[in-house]
Amino acid sequence: MKPFAYVKPADVAGAVRAVSDEPGAKFLGGGTNLVDLMREGVERPDTVVDVTGLPLDTVDQLPGGGLRIGAMVRNSSLAADERVRARYPMLSQAILAGASAQLRNMATVGGNLLQRTRCPYFYDPAAACNKREPGGGCDALGGFNRSHAVLGVSGSCIAAHPSDMCVALAALDAVIEVESVRGTRRIPMTGFHRLPGDTPEIETELAPDELVTAVELPPAPFAARSRYRKVRDRASYAFALVSVAAALEVRDGAVTAARLALGGLAAKPWRAHEAERILLGGPASEESFARAAEAELAGADVRPGNAFKVHLARATIVATLRELNTGKGTA
Amino acid sequence: MRVTFTVNGREESADNVWEGESLLYVLRERLGLPGSKNACEQGECGSCMVYLDGVPVCACLVAAGQAEGRQVRTVEGLAEGDRLDAVQEAFAECGAVQCGFCTPGLIVQAHDLIARVERPSDAEIREALAGNLCRCTGYEKILDAVRLAARRKAAT
Repeated sequence: MKPFAYVKPADVAGAVRAVSDEPGAKFLGGGTNLVDLMREGVERPDTVVDVTGLPLDTVDQLPGGGLRIGAMVRNSSLAADERVRARYPMLSQAILAGASAQLRNMATVGGNLLQRTRCPYFYDPAAACNKREPGGGCDALGGFNRSHAVLGVSGSCIAAHPSDMCVALAALDAVIEVESVRGTRRIPMTGFHRLPGDTPEIETELAPDELVTAVELPPAPFAARSRYRKVRDRASYAFALVSVAAALEVRDGAVTAARLALGGLAAKPWRAHEAERILLGGPASEESFARAAEAELAGADVRPGNAFKVHLARATIVATLRELNTGKGTA
Repeated sequence: MRVTFTVNGREESADNVWEGESLLYVLRERLGLPGSKNACEQGECGSCMVYLDGVPVCACLVAAGQAEGRQVRTVEGLAEGDRLDAVQEAFAECGAVQCGFCTPGLIVQAHDLIARVERPSDAEIREALAGNLCRCTGYEKILDAVRLAARRKAAT
């Protein structure tokens, strides 16, 4: 690991100043991704600004029924929050589907938003990776790409976004609050992460000196009936091959509200706008669910290793919507 | 830098700690507490688990400076003198220890589980232990041990 300086500011102003003064600085949250990447030599900060002491560790009620989640709230605490479990069950389920119990105890909400891909070529300094070394090429394109993305990919990068939590946040229209020495701004979750294009090393809209301070969930009464379904190689403790965050409201057989986002499939947490457009106002039927899934997946750009994901995603989307519609689990 | 924190009820300090050291390294190499094991160094295997302010975490991913002023409880701090904790006793009785490398982490994680959940189901035990890898693959005996410890705890 490259030597670095460690500072632990007590307030947000001190934290953003520390990073603004030092271009080679990085914020450190729970450490479950950054420390790992520093050990591998993929991340090489000169200064680590530990933000776990900042007073951003509460979940607060917002007027109008939303919730404001401090960026330092631990993943396990957020998943256990009674308000999240009752009003946004997909979010609690998504968090509990990720990592292991001890990692969820450490990982922060802000850190989860900024975690980096688990593409094995990104982690391997001997492999070509445009994300790690811009312009260096991509060994995943012709390599072992079973876990890689099929939506939003480019000729530079096919890495999948690894987060479960972010998929639910995308479906729920969360808003990310960030702060820097220039002040505070708010970024919609669906626009927070960037697609790789020709610059896969730039993953979010955050400037290097901006700190995530909170995530706001707008009120969403229909989300009380929502579900996160994750398909993976093991029953627990594995990244998603495909995951679906969905909420569905049906009146008199017609869909009156629908939210759908996909994980494991795309370069960023993928809000399925096209599928939602088809679902909304249409019949709550198997045919309509399948049509919505197919429309969303029509643009899939597959490789031999990950072509199976399109079929798996279609089946998982339909099964999740069916389950929400009938209230019954499916095989 | 100097790092001072409470370990198993006693305040301890370590000097000349390098910023890149982990809490695990400080515990094992500077404070002479080798119970927590150093294996993957990536948070993947759970061998290094300790309680940090009462919450089980992977000590390999905690930067030394992050432990400053906090309460750490290691596997060495679970027994009362010569009397083993119920989970430790159950692991020994059930033959849940093979090479023993994963054992301290599993004991800490199982200790936390049965403190939080009175009668954990098999599914709850499996999920709670998913982040603790046993390369001897002796999981059946480990499950036996956690069931036994939970039963005994519920009976007291």
